[in-house]
Amino acid sequence: MRLKTTLRAATAMAVCAAGTSAFADSHVTTVTIATVNNGDMIRMQGLTDDFTAKHPDIALEWVTLEENVLRQRVTQDIATSGGQFDVMTIGMYETPIWAEQGWLEPLDDLGEEYDADDILPAMRAGLSHEGTLYAAPFYGESSMVMYRTDLFEEAGLEMPKQPTWEQIGEFARTLTDKEAEQYGICLRGKAGWGENMAFITTVANSFGARWFDEDWNAQLDSPEWLEAVTFYNDLMADAGPPGAATNGFNENLALFQQGKCGMWIDATVAASFVTNPEDSEVADSVGFALAPNTGKGKNANWLWAWALAVPSGSDATDAAKEFIAWATSKDYLELVAEKEGWANVPPGSRTSLYENPAYQAVPFAEMTLESIQTADPENPTVDEVPYVGIQYVAIPEWQGIGTAAGQEFSNMLAGQQTPEQALARAQELVNEEMEAAGYR
Amino acid sequence: MARAVSSRARLGWSAVAWVIGLLIFFPILWTILTSFKTESEAIASPPSLVFFDWTLENYEVVQERSNYARFLWNSIVIAGGSTLLGVLIAVPAAWAMAFQPTRRTKDILLWMLSTKMLPAVGVLYPIYLICIRLGVLDSKIALVVILMLINLPIIVWMLYTYFREIPGEILEAARMDGASLRSEILYVLTPMAIPGIASTVLLNFILAWNEAFWTLNLTAVSAAPLTAFIASYSSPEGLFFAKLSAASTMAIAPILILGWFSQKQLVRGLTFGAVK
Repeated sequence: MRLKTTLRAATAMAVCAAGTSAFADSHVTTVTIATVNNGDMIRMQGLTDDFTAKHPDIALEWVTLEENVLRQRVTQDIATSGGQFDVMTIGMYETPIWAEQGWLEPLDDLGEEYDADDILPAMRAGLSHEGTLYAAPFYGESSMVMYRTDLFEEAGLEMPKQPTWEQIGEFARTLTDKEAEQYGICLRGKAGWGENMAFITTVANSFGARWFDEDWNAQLDSPEWLEAVTFYNDLMADAGPPGAATNGFNENLALFQQGKCGMWIDATVAASFVTNPEDSEVADSVGFALAPNTGKGKNANWLWAWALAVPSGSDATDAAKEFIAWATSKDYLELVAEKEGWANVPPGSRTSLYENPAYQAVPFAEMTLESIQTADPENPTVDEVPYVGIQYVAIPEWQGIGTAAGQEFSNMLAGQQTPEQALARAQELVNEEMEAAGYR
Repeated sequence: MARAVSSRARLGWSAVAWVIGLLIFFPILWTILTSFKTESEAIASPPSLVFFDWTLENYEVVQERSNYARFLWNSIVIAGGSTLLGVLIAVPAAWAMAFQPTRRTKDILLWMLSTKMLPAVGVLYPIYLICIRLGVLDSKIALVVILMLINLPIIVWMLYTYFREIPGEILEAARMDGASLRSEILYVLTPMAIPGIASTVLLNFILAWNEAFWTLNLTAVSAAPLTAFIASYSSPEGLFFAKLSAASTMAIAPILILGWFSQKQLVRGLTFGAVK
């Protein structure tokens, strides 16, 4: 008899439990997040228990893709209203273009606690369209000079806080000892609008060159472009590593970490990698300086953000916004600091982070902030331009133009053509493309 | 004397064959070796071939971060399903072409092959849109059908070549004995062509397993196979080559083992009909 009762009770409880779990399941919203495999994103995936504990009604699904595949997939999905993703990792280049198309949900209602005014002004401007925020910065970056303090000391050189290109060229040539596989400078050469063209465009900006004049005529035949590209080409020939034409961010990171580069000018986010003793052989001898200039008023630094946005076809908009508000909040920065230390906090998104004394102690914090603050996507060049964007031109055609031109400069670095030839070809193909697109 | 020369020559040719074989296998070997290195050893230059601290750390991290079993299951279903479906359709088609050829058979065969000449990206958007309309985006069914269609020309061609080796008289005899078309194909032709069918199935399974254009473009969460699993470990900002190698090794391991056990079948199937 007792057994029967126990059984009955157990069955009843099981039915109830099944009922409640079914009930609970029906109220769980699944948010699918498309992202890239960068260190900060991986860390975020590891910390999402904090989010799901606070939001038991939201389940997270991650789709990690290769950067170019992600961009293509996300564009495809948005343009066809595929509705596969609820949160997407996008950059500063796409945000204003996609916002204009009406492809993104505005993010001006992330709650009072969110404190959108705390987002670094340069980041906010780059991720807004007509004054409305369309993507929230998860981490941001500029570019700066990273250099080996030990090698500089040995050679009796001193890196100023604001170097000129002339000085950089001098330092690089002094530090080069090709027989000992010691190269004065490592720079990007791999073709791609987000690879070598990001870097070369910043060099051009600092030499007073621009991509287009006010009537969208390509300006690659200008003396400024020739001066900038020739400088880059000569510098790499004299002081760069072999095979530089295929080096991108990751390749240069590997070279620098192995102590083969005297200097490296690239994304500020690299600072946390090269100073990490676990991966870097030169962790305790890295110094930082602002990106160089030529005295014309523009430094060769860029501005970029990896940001989170909600596509307009999403069926879980509110839950997606909840997630973005969590991932880009001040609390999230504190959470990372608590679990992984301040050096691993995603940089470059919030003013309050740089006001925090604990973060100011991080060696690259100050230079990162200053680099970000000197970048102005609205006025990227010495002369007036009709476009927004520092290391890119924020028009849909840029991906194609940038990559095709990037191929020419990569070939130049490989010694297959002169700077003059590379520029002439780039000029021609850019103008053709712009004509076909109806700009001129 | 003549014998000594020829055995020396044979030795020389085996050495050449081994060197070429190792060269072809080297990228895979390197990936497997890298998967046991730490991230800093993975990028070390000069690289060490075997004298490094072997570690399983990458596999642990990959196991922890991704649901390998789900990706593996999706790969098995997609590769297996598309191959089976393809063979089901291709056997009757190849039978017709091999034993009942018409004036147009050669043209049809060539036309089938010509569909392989269009770059896949050319039809990406139409197929993507069809998948959305039918509500099968990110589903295994869609990939089974699409990969089957992509590999169908190869399956038909391979089976056609094998079937041509089988004397038509045997089928005729079966017909004389009163076999229906169905039993002719099922009980006479198929058993005789089993080696050919087996190698076709194996080759297409491998092709479908490694297919990385459609599987990356048409999946997100629920249907993503091992190709998506590998892709998720490539990084634009950060050096994760050891983890990427571990993920790649895990993705190719099942197919490598399958290939190892069935290499006889594969080689025989691939050279079958080549030497008459």
